[in-house]
Amino acid sequence: MPDRLLALFLVFAPLSLVSLGGGPSIFAEMQRQAVEVHHWMTPQEFTELFAISRAAPGPGSLISALVGWQAAGFAGALAAALGLYGPSSLMMLAVGHWWRRRGDSPARKVIERGLAPLAVGLIFAGVLTLLRADGAGWLEVATLLASAAALLRGASPYLVMLVVALLYAGLQQAGAIGSGG
Amino acid sequence: MPDTQRPQATLGAILRVFTTLGMASFGGGLPGWMHREIVQKRDWMSEESFLAGIALGQVLPGPNSVNLALYIGQQLRGWPGAALAFLGILGPPFLFILGLALLYVWGGNLAGLGVVLGGVAVAGLANSLTVGLRTAWRMRGLWPWAIAGATFIAVGLLRLPMIPVVLVLGPASVGLAWWSARHA
Repeated sequence: MPDRLLALFLVFAPLSLVSLGGGPSIFAEMQRQAVEVHHWMTPQEFTELFAISRAAPGPGSLISALVGWQAAGFAGALAAALGLYGPSSLMMLAVGHWWRRRGDSPARKVIERGLAPLAVGLIFAGVLTLLRADGAGWLEVATLLASAAALLRGASPYLVMLVVALLYAGLQQAGAIGSGG
Repeated sequence: MPDTQRPQATLGAILRVFTTLGMASFGGGLPGWMHREIVQKRDWMSEESFLAGIALGQVLPGPNSVNLALYIGQQLRGWPGAALAFLGILGPPFLFILGLALLYVWGGNLAGLGVVLGGVAVAGLANSLTVGLRTAWRMRGLWPWAIAGATFIAVGLLRLPMIPVVLVLGPASVGLAWWSARHA
């Protein structure tokens, strides 16, 4: 068992450092390692875990915990999560530490002002990418626009999410949308 | 501490906020939620500092939302702040997802749940869109719009790899910010 925990950590730690933007960039390699290299699970099982991770709150990269859990129980889940989040977090903290020590310096202000429009562009690009990844149709686009309009008018996001959840549950009951997967 | 006149974020409050954020988010809308809780509601951090965190979190490896949580916790309260933000954003969803897996193993049917949560994920995404719109609204001058537009086209539409795009547009944008500050 300790061998397997170490193996889990060693699979996920390198993935941590190549995971740009999080889960989607490393799902393919995760599956290859878990299924083909280490035989921790069948391809079907991986797909099921993927579906579970989509249905849970939190970052999509938490599928790492599920892979670890499937391979070696709760300790495996911890080992995989430690591997996936550890190295990238240390790197972020190192940069953040340096950043914080710059305090209110004019250089930091200028860098922040320069990064802001970049962040705005990346936010819009991220929204588009996630919509595409989900294979969004008119229903999703309409949901997105209506939700954004409600939020801009000051609606509570919790309320918006509740309304959308009820709407989708109703549509599914009525058979208007598929049972996904 | 860059922002001395802002409300102090206590460690307990950081843990509370991020614990709620972790459980509230479905499918990628987390930066939007964080902006609402940290900048809009509590004013713990300036808009610019927050956006810098978004850019840094995306460029560095690791999930954006986790990186941003680490950044916010660290800028507010140093290492302990970062540790608590990390635990808050990941801890509860970590336990939740394992619980969900157990339910599934015991024969639960998650297919219907998937449809509903897919819708909720889109609503969460609207949070991000809103932050983008609100921030874009506040951009003054031509160059921020040019940079934001170029970034969106390159990464979003043309799907160019993000790192080279940021390596080119980042320094250009900082240079423009420096230039416009001198000529303001």
